[in-house]
Amino acid sequence: MAEESRNFQVEIITPERIFYTGEASMIEFTSVEGEMGVYKNHIPLTTVLAPGIVTITEDGGQKKAAVHAGFAEILGDKVTLLAEIAEWPDEIDFDRAEAARERAKARIENKQDSGIDMIRAELALRKALVRISLK
Amino acid sequence: MASMRDIKRRKSSIQSTQQITKAMKLVSTVKLQKAKLHAEQTGPYFNHMYQTVTSILARSGSINHPYLQKGQSDKIAVVVITSNRGLAGGYNSNVTKLILNNEDLLPKDRVEIYGIGHKGLETLARRGYQIKEDHSQIMDNPTYADAAAVCERVLKEFTDGQIGEIYLAYTHFKNTVSHEPKLLKLLPVEFSEEELSQADSRLIMNYEPNESEALDLIIPKYVTSIFYGALVEALASENGARMQAMDSATSNAEDMISDLSLKYNRARQSSITQELTEIIAGAEAIS
Repeated sequence: MAEESRNFQVEIITPERIFYTGEASMIEFTSVEGEMGVYKNHIPLTTVLAPGIVTITEDGGQKKAAVHAGFAEILGDKVTLLAEIAEWPDEIDFDRAEAARERAKARIENKQDSGIDMIRAELALRKALVRISLK
Repeated sequence: MASMRDIKRRKSSIQSTQQITKAMKLVSTVKLQKAKLHAEQTGPYFNHMYQTVTSILARSGSINHPYLQKGQSDKIAVVVITSNRGLAGGYNSNVTKLILNNEDLLPKDRVEIYGIGHKGLETLARRGYQIKEDHSQIMDNPTYADAAAVCERVLKEFTDGQIGEIYLAYTHFKNTVSHEPKLLKLLPVEFSEEELSQADSRLIMNYEPNESEALDLIIPKYVTSIFYGALVEALASENGARMQAMDSATSNAEDMISDLSLKYNRARQSSITQELTEIIAGAEAIS
């Protein structure tokens, strides 16, 4: 009997489009609890995403993308990422990301802002760093 | 009978109006195609979101969560999506009618309007509704980020206890010719027994972090996705409605022009006949 394929379905969906759909042997992403890698036949799990890099290991090689906010639904043979924002490296405006990093940093260093602005600045900084790390 | 010159003037005026309505029809057809495509692309995201939320709720049953219960305040927020421009037939008034004719559910003194689209806002403001916020500019080119920003504001009011319920009034895009005005309850989230029983609850799903925290994070996204879907559908409906309105305006103009052409030709013929009679009568008088 032929060896069972180790691949499973991966879908990344954003509100604007179907970002990625295909077969992969592994997918890695960042959840609010930390980084995780998923192989086939993972236990069913729904988890919330944190800004981070998604790495899809396909037969032909690896694909990386930046994903910010959303959640992942993992079933044994299918992983669906519902992401609010997802970008391939060639879609990212690195100059803008650099600018955003500087702005967020300045805001955090100033520390005069109220709590909610602080959380926002930290989130913006994390998003910018994720984008820059794909350069 | 109107003089020939009057008829001619009226006819040419209608002809130029017809040219405008024809051009507007073409423009809205193109816009409709674009908006329709956009609306179709948001479908998968929303469907998944819906499935996930119903399956969480189906499994966790009577979970005690603020998003699932009516707030303390008796204020009701209504997000109204209409268009910024007119000439779209009954499109805008159909949406505002949903609110105006629903006094039992949405009493005027308890409703706060979050408006998107000038036309609907103007009508509601004239009827004495309290306009809380105006986000009309996002209707020109709705993006998910815009939808999320508005949603965040409304949700914050809800979690702060300023408002007890959130409704959404928009136009559902069924297909190119049929659009249906709809009033939808966004919060508290409510699903019928039927919807919950259809949810996929066979699988034992784990949640990370736990279910209630996951709900905390997922429900705002769910509400935003409904809202964004509604925005995109409303844009498609607006263009569809305008296309239909302009199509019937063009064919009405066509009818009027053919009617006037007939009148013009009759007037011309009768003036020729009259002139001839006069000449003949004059010739007879001389001879």
